[in-house]
Amino acid sequence: MVPAEARRPRVETQGLTAFYGTLAAVKNASLAFAPNQVHALIGPSGCGKSTFLRSVNRMHEETPGGRVTGLVALDGADVYAPKVSLRRLRRRVGMVFQKPTPFPTMSIHDNVAAGLRLNRKLSRTQLGETVEQALTVAGLWDEVKDRLHGSAIALSGGQQQRLCIARTIAPAPDVILLDEPTASLDPQGTQRIEELLFGLKERFTIIIVTHNMQQAARVSDTTSFFYLGEVVETGATRQIFTSPREQKTEAYVTGRFG
Amino acid sequence: MVGLLVLAAVLAVLPLLLILGTLIVKGAGSINLGFFTRMPVPAGETGGGVAHAIVGTLMIVGTACLIGLPIGIGAGIFAAEWPASKIAMITRFIADVLNGTPSIVVGVFAWTWIVAKQGHFSGLAGSAALAVLMTPMVMRTTEEMIKLVPNSLREAALALGYPRWRTCLLVVVRTCLPGIVTGALLAVARIAGETAPLLFTALGSQYMSSNIQQPMAALPLVVFTYATGPYPEWHRLAWATALVLILVVLILSVAARLATRSRFDGPR
Repeated sequence: MVPAEARRPRVETQGLTAFYGTLAAVKNASLAFAPNQVHALIGPSGCGKSTFLRSVNRMHEETPGGRVTGLVALDGADVYAPKVSLRRLRRRVGMVFQKPTPFPTMSIHDNVAAGLRLNRKLSRTQLGETVEQALTVAGLWDEVKDRLHGSAIALSGGQQQRLCIARTIAPAPDVILLDEPTASLDPQGTQRIEELLFGLKERFTIIIVTHNMQQAARVSDTTSFFYLGEVVETGATRQIFTSPREQKTEAYVTGRFG
Repeated sequence: MVGLLVLAAVLAVLPLLLILGTLIVKGAGSINLGFFTRMPVPAGETGGGVAHAIVGTLMIVGTACLIGLPIGIGAGIFAAEWPASKIAMITRFIADVLNGTPSIVVGVFAWTWIVAKQGHFSGLAGSAALAVLMTPMVMRTTEEMIKLVPNSLREAALALGYPRWRTCLLVVVRTCLPGIVTGALLAVARIAGETAPLLFTALGSQYMSSNIQQPMAALPLVVFTYATGPYPEWHRLAWATALVLILVVLILSVAARLATRSRFDGPR
């Protein structure tokens, strides 16, 4: 029997509505994300899936006019509670963006260490070990181990994105949010990232927004389909792609719109 | 069409080349070690230098930088990070008006508020006038440079848990630091050559002075005095001083370029 702890969702939303000014980009979304799985959010452009994702680590409120109502809970605790520290929340919920965003003034090593340095005082050796681990998990160590103190922006796009994944996992978060992480990469770079996800889910809970339905089908355990800000359907990925209950979902996954 | 553009480009740099050429032809002959280390000699005698004006310019401009750079850069960062706030919009508007204000007006202003109140001319009043001139320039260039930093970098730092102010300093300002320094340097170069505001404030002096509360010599004032004086020897010194002034600006520019070069530049 699976212990209750493991079945409890790591991230849960109830009636989450996210606004830009007065416009609701996400409407009343209630979803639960179990630990150690890959969850895909799919839907056409402007359907609110990225906004939903950004509400989980409270990045949405950094956008001018960004505001949410409803509940987002991490391990049962409301992340919008007044006493929540953004620094601690974002240490536990990491995020990778559509375009690779290495810090151009920092070396490869310092990029990976950026989040670590913020949260803990580590000795040089500990820092070096954690950086190496993160780069290894991100599948980049062998390519950069000889130039750790070289420029991060000299790397290829795919390498930069894996560097950003290493930077995100270095502080050992519980959840990783990926916002179309392969949208700006070539097929090879995309494939490397997708392969990574299988290993990453052993340690992290992963929520990935993707435009690419094949990608969602390949990498995810559960899939939620967003349309016009609402969650139309959510379920096991196989079920969503082979026997969707809603007509809109079927129309979208078979490529009739979007 | 391309020919016209090339012509325009040549015409644009032509004055600079002519100025440099004239200064070198007329001034280079008078420049020697003594010119930098010696004091002026009485009218009618030959030789002498502008050591007092070099020291004066360094002190006046240095003090102006101490006042103007922190305020200008700080205001620029604020206006770029909170662009829609009322304070930012008002500050931006005032900076634009100040940028278009003739420097002589700023000189008169400094005279009214500092020289007249204190009852004597001083280098410090000159620094204040120059600081008023440089602050809006530095603010606007800083703001423009920060706006060039992609928002995605800011978001990446915020998503790692960096607070806003640390994101701003460690990621945003660091990324565009070369641009901010270049902007600051252009402002320094511009005020180093200002003459009109100093006429009412620092006044000029024939003596070496390191007391910024007293009237002080400055290179542009020396050029003004010598060039409008009656003696050929003075004219010679004026040319040489003008050349030194240009060279100081040039050296500053090159130094800043070297200092802000990214450590990742060069072959990869």
